[in-house]
Amino acid sequence: MSTASQTTPRIAPGRAGVKKELPDRFKDYRHVWVFLELERGNVHPVSFELLGEGRKLADKLEVQLAGVVLGPPGGMVEDAVAEAFAYGADLVYIVDAPPLADYRNEPFAKALTDLVNTHKPEILLLGATTLGRDLAGSVATTLQTGLTADCTELDVDSDGSLAATRPTFGGSLLCTIYTLNYRPQMATVRPRVMPMPQRVDKPVGRVMRHKLSLVEDDIVTKVLGFLPDNQSAMANLAYADVVVAGGLGLGAAENLQLVKNLARAIGAEHGCSRPLVQKGWMPADRQIGQTGKTIRPKLYIAAGISGAIQHRVGVEGADLIVAINTDPNAPIFEFAHLGIVTDAIRFLPALTEAFTRRLSPHSRDKLAS
Amino acid sequence: MHIVVCIKQVPDSAQIRVHPVTNTIMRQGVPTIINPYDLFALEEALKLRDVHGGEVTVLTMGPPMAEDSLRKALGYGADRAVLLTDRYFAGSDTLATSFALSQAIAKIGETFGRPDIVFTGKQTIDGDTAQVGPGIAKRLDLSQLTYVAKIASIDLDTREIEVARRAEGGTQLLKSRLPCLITMLEDTNEIRRGSLQQALCAARSQVVKWTAADAGIDDLTRCGLRGSPTVVKRVFAPTARAESAAQIDTAERGLQDIADELIADILTRRPALEHELAFNSGT
Repeated sequence: MSTASQTTPRIAPGRAGVKKELPDRFKDYRHVWVFLELERGNVHPVSFELLGEGRKLADKLEVQLAGVVLGPPGGMVEDAVAEAFAYGADLVYIVDAPPLADYRNEPFAKALTDLVNTHKPEILLLGATTLGRDLAGSVATTLQTGLTADCTELDVDSDGSLAATRPTFGGSLLCTIYTLNYRPQMATVRPRVMPMPQRVDKPVGRVMRHKLSLVEDDIVTKVLGFLPDNQSAMANLAYADVVVAGGLGLGAAENLQLVKNLARAIGAEHGCSRPLVQKGWMPADRQIGQTGKTIRPKLYIAAGISGAIQHRVGVEGADLIVAINTDPNAPIFEFAHLGIVTDAIRFLPALTEAFTRRLSPHSRDKLAS
Repeated sequence: MHIVVCIKQVPDSAQIRVHPVTNTIMRQGVPTIINPYDLFALEEALKLRDVHGGEVTVLTMGPPMAEDSLRKALGYGADRAVLLTDRYFAGSDTLATSFALSQAIAKIGETFGRPDIVFTGKQTIDGDTAQVGPGIAKRLDLSQLTYVAKIASIDLDTREIEVARRAEGGTQLLKSRLPCLITMLEDTNEIRRGSLQQALCAARSQVVKWTAADAGIDDLTRCGLRGSPTVVKRVFAPTARAESAAQIDTAERGLQDIADELIADILTRRPALEHELAFNSGT
């Protein structure tokens, strides 16, 4: 790469200079909305993380924070409404109708689009889950507005615009994106990117209930069934308290066993950086980073991972990051808390053994009690 | 059946480097590839054609050099390739991209037969938004089936399709109708090796090149920069943390020694972890 020359990131001239000229039809768009993702009785935790973030934006803008709950009539929706208030919403919009029992794009997109057109929020946030991305993409298309995916930071600018920051260029740099002249300003955020706010019991506040302008016969797609994941087989990386991951520094697919051994010894989930998934060394659901899972564990041990930005933004929320890498100049040492410059292939077995020694008396106590 | 597969030529992100001093992208010499997620869509389309007959058309929007990707797709066995290229498309965000692609797909339908299925990959590796597929579905009023792990059945007489779709916490089994848009999940198949005959064909065959006007787009205000509601204001490298990692000295020490010190350091910084790790490892 010694002959490679650098160029500034290519942004079309004039793009960054676009002026804010909000058309009159958008001037009455106000308030911040968070879509609460309700599937099979549970609100996805990302919705609470977004309520925490939405609260901050609403306070800065001095507007209200509203939750949006779509679901079948009954207790599930009412429970979600109570949770929305407990996590900071000032009011909640509900559409409850039988076709909203399971997620399908048509009825959910219709319900959300109609709500936006009726009540005109300036900001609409959704979780970047399979459901949220499926829904946000089609709602933004119908509304012909801007949608910024997988944001890692949300803020309000001095003129009241949403500043949505996300990784770009395959996760090698960050960019801040605005939707200046359209409303609502839409953004998605991945689970665990934002911290979980404190839950505070509160009475249910103002609730606005709307009808779904579709009936089951209008909907082409039908749900035939749902096969829940085998929880023991599926990685629950995003919400794990302790995570051990390996990267290209491990050299060969079989060395991932060293990562798994350490993970097993300390009761952690294991994962890997993106290149290993691309090489087929590990399944995609174990990938940690911007395009895989974002994690916020109490302890994260990265073995042989150099720490590209797309990995960094996926792990920065960890309380304590330990990096093991042979290269003292690896970028991971710029954001890890503890570093060891050594060969992970040799060090991981020693660390596993040391942990086992240190922890085993306690686990014996545990089993005995 | 007629299947359209949307692909994108992307820089091989594994080879993108950021200049350590200026924090700018070093683009030159970075090879381009077909977005890896799109290959799962292409293979699924080719498999369906093998079973049901018909044709696979690959479509991309991009600069003239994106023709390389289309030739590769022809080499894998696609029947026809369409390159949508015009300076009016420069600077398109996902909304403007799905507009241009949906107009081109409508034109492909008029010219070569209406598609039964439009495929895209789950997302691209450069933009990572996963928004263009849903955008196309909405604009062309296609049933939207995202994150499809498996196509269980297609009945061309009743126009019914059954798929398994990845959802949060499980797999949804859906029944829908053609025409539909499918975004294909990764690791669902493996792209075939094209035959020698296909490689020769790919080298010989014409890539159809369309400008905005050729694709029937007359409202250019909906294309490129002008048609993009989002504005990129700033591109930057994240600031380094105030202090870099505290390094544990490894000189002339045994690995066990270093490991013990690391564990002691971890537990000094986060004392509560000891109980938790012990509890986890004991269960």
